[in-house]
Amino acid sequence: MEISIKLNGRSIKCDIDPDMLLIDLVREHGCYSVKRGCETSNCGLCTVLMDGKPVLSCSMLAARADGHEIYTLEGLQEEANEFAGFIADQGTEQCGFCNPGYVMNMVALLRENPDPTDEEILHYLAGNLCRCSGYEGQLRGFRAYLDYKKSKES
Amino acid sequence: MEHKNYNAINKSVRKKDSMQLLLGKPVYTGDMVPKDALFVKLLRSPHANAIIESIDTSKAKLVPGVVDVYTWEDVPENRYSNAGQTAPEPSPHDRLILDRHVRFVGDPVAIIAAEDEKTALKAMKMIKVNYEVLEPVLDFRKAKDNPILVHPEDNWSVPSDWGAFQDRNIIASEDNTHGDLEGVMNDCDIVFEHTFHTKQYSQTPMETFRTLTELDRYGRLHVISSTQIVFHVRRILSVALGLPKSKIRVEKPRIGGGFGAKQTSVTEVFPAFVTMKTGRPAYCCFSREESQIAGSPRHEMDVTVRLGANNDGTVRALDVYTLSNTGAYGEHGPTTVGLSGHKSIPLYTGNLEAHRFAFDVVYTNTLAAGAYRGYGATQGVFAVETMVNELAEKLGMDPTEIRDKNMVREGMVMDAYFGETANACALDKCMARCKEIFDWDRRYPVRDMGNGKVRTAGVAMAMQGSCISGLDVGSATVKLNEDGTYNLIIGAADMGTGCDTILAQMVAECMDCTVDDVTVFGADTDASPYDSGSYASSTTYVTGGATVKACEELKAKICAIAAEMFGCEKDSVEFGSGQVKNIETGDVLPLEEVGIKSQLFNTISPEATVMHSSPVSPPPYMVGMVEIELDKLTGKVDIIDYMAVVDCGIPINPALARVQTEGGIVQGIGHTLMENVTFTENGRLIENSLMQYRIPTRLDCGRLRVEFETSYEPTGPFGAKSIGEIVINTPGPAITHAIYRATGVWHHELPITPEQIAMTK
Repeated sequence: MEISIKLNGRSIKCDIDPDMLLIDLVREHGCYSVKRGCETSNCGLCTVLMDGKPVLSCSMLAARADGHEIYTLEGLQEEANEFAGFIADQGTEQCGFCNPGYVMNMVALLRENPDPTDEEILHYLAGNLCRCSGYEGQLRGFRAYLDYKKSKES
Repeated sequence: MEHKNYNAINKSVRKKDSMQLLLGKPVYTGDMVPKDALFVKLLRSPHANAIIESIDTSKAKLVPGVVDVYTWEDVPENRYSNAGQTAPEPSPHDRLILDRHVRFVGDPVAIIAAEDEKTALKAMKMIKVNYEVLEPVLDFRKAKDNPILVHPEDNWSVPSDWGAFQDRNIIASEDNTHGDLEGVMNDCDIVFEHTFHTKQYSQTPMETFRTLTELDRYGRLHVISSTQIVFHVRRILSVALGLPKSKIRVEKPRIGGGFGAKQTSVTEVFPAFVTMKTGRPAYCCFSREESQIAGSPRHEMDVTVRLGANNDGTVRALDVYTLSNTGAYGEHGPTTVGLSGHKSIPLYTGNLEAHRFAFDVVYTNTLAAGAYRGYGATQGVFAVETMVNELAEKLGMDPTEIRDKNMVREGMVMDAYFGETANACALDKCMARCKEIFDWDRRYPVRDMGNGKVRTAGVAMAMQGSCISGLDVGSATVKLNEDGTYNLIIGAADMGTGCDTILAQMVAECMDCTVDDVTVFGADTDASPYDSGSYASSTTYVTGGATVKACEELKAKICAIAAEMFGCEKDSVEFGSGQVKNIETGDVLPLEEVGIKSQLFNTISPEATVMHSSPVSPPPYMVGMVEIELDKLTGKVDIIDYMAVVDCGIPINPALARVQTEGGIVQGIGHTLMENVTFTENGRLIENSLMQYRIPTRLDCGRLRVEFETSYEPTGPFGAKSIGEIVINTPGPAITHAIYRATGVWHHELPITPEQIAMTK
């Protein structure tokens, strides 16, 4: 079947199998940041934005993205770069495999709520598993970014 | 202790790959698969013990897009071990790529190579197998001397025998007593014994097992794999495929987590076999389910501890016996078990008069265990530390005081740790600091929160090693470039741990340059100097030692080149930051000029490769304290606060040491409260997805706090010891202790689920 999507700002038409998953479609189009960590919607690694909302691309048929706008981390480099350095300062990116998933959710969170509390961050990212970091350093990094942003604004 | 002002050491610099990883660049094995690669899938056994009577692949081969299907009849007959260990390996050579005798639910039966994954999975359904189903040995407590043999085959062998008895399902055994154990026990005021059971926890790195293979430009087998052990993989493939090592190149790109899982060659052999058969690139990527049911998890163990003490809390004798379940194949079985005693008993060196450590490692028809962060120490520390907490509670003593009284201290000779001396040990300071910052005296008492919940605390100590002493080797090549920057080339594998950066910090310190001036490459068997690989907590300590020595050699060579330029003796040249100086004349040359001269009518190579090894393995030490809130009605445990104080010598990069600690603690919390591994009566592993095998989310780990108490290890680079593994060891015993405080029940099996807490009152 043929579908049209807008991927990272570019309109594409593709001929796909009806059972193709969105993750496989975007990876086929060079969006390698989108990772598969499980097959059961548990890990959050495959998070992409559909019409601005985070969705798990491993659990969504590519066909359902027909006519929609999809963003992966490849298309949001500048926005992610604003806070990524603060995570790097903590060393908490570690193996890196889960990073694109939670970075995408962080982008979504900041668009929705530019000044989240720690509690709000933890709940928003609860679906993003990480086996390396113990999560604490990620929170330190986000907090450092938010504090920096505030200090710049005031 | 040495206190130095360093320029690059003990600094929290960013990891060299950090921004690449955070911005999602394609740096992993799965991001490099060429369009024409074959997809490799495995048909797996539904039986725990069976002989393949017949297998019909003819229909599967007819599926359009299937290139070939291979069975036990197609593979070489060389048995090999998947264990990433230095040869001659203690692990038995007990595997074939495909075996007619399948030994656990999930053992591979056929390899399918197809143009795409969907076709491979379609073909898998068309393979017809008739099995002669045999009775399995599923309970590891019944495996020893069971008439059913997991490995009855004639061509089974152990390259290095650690007490193996193939006809008894035993791959390793030992019994060592130091001192008059029974005499001391009989003289003790109090002697008690318990057996502690832990399961086959899955490392669950976010990136599952995966390997890409192809023929390189010279027609050699080129393996790109998510592995901690490129050189061991080369050897393993050479044995398994019957291919000379000179025909194999193994490299690792970035690795999406290892934790020991990738110290075993889990996937490499399958695509490698397909590439050798077809000449085409091949990619094998385990699903999460495959990684759970046929990965290389922690060894299930029963650790039985008998402890003898006096009424004043003096711990006088420890008797530890470990029964370890290696599963269907023996990877890492003979070696993991040793740490359950060697890294637990010495914690009590203070007053220990006698100890025994004995073990048996047995085969069963369950998935093969492997290496997991902690490597047996985790199981042993859980048992011994819980015994000491129980002793404290029996005697009505504060558990921190009983440890102050008995713990190993700097300068002590540890009989139970190969007679090594604790040259650098700040365990006593870790305890004092942890107690203070955690506010132990206030949090230890049980407090009723008035809503059916209680709060209380628990404590544990731990130790690990910093390499496999007298065995591991690490190497480093350091080169000067003509612009005055350096290349560092290693065979160790950064799997997210940050070793590329940590070793670059060492080069920066030695060569008096910035970390940015050091480019790191690793690991590739064609280009890297030999290194055992990244495991056994060894990279900072051993490869770090090699890096420091390589820098010293390189400095001497740079000075020799400069001497020719100055027209003076080598000894008159002094190496400095970005320059060399003739101390007789005061003349100075920038390093760039030496670099340029090194490429012009020059016979002194501006590079040095050094190998390093250590006769000792200095233990890092730590203390962990946890406060929990337990719901007495539901049995739910919430972690409120986890405080750890770690002595890893001098931390080379404190930020990375901190996140290692935090990550290890959270894995330990998972083991203790939620990660479970159970089997059906037919031997099928039930927790085969992240839905059932629940690893902690960021809502499950409370607040983590980490501090360091530094010691200076004289044999380590810049006083460093290890950090990577020790950090997983304290949550098991500390949380178990707190649960006892809250409920009055000692649990002797992990995990301790809410159901178990609610049901045992």
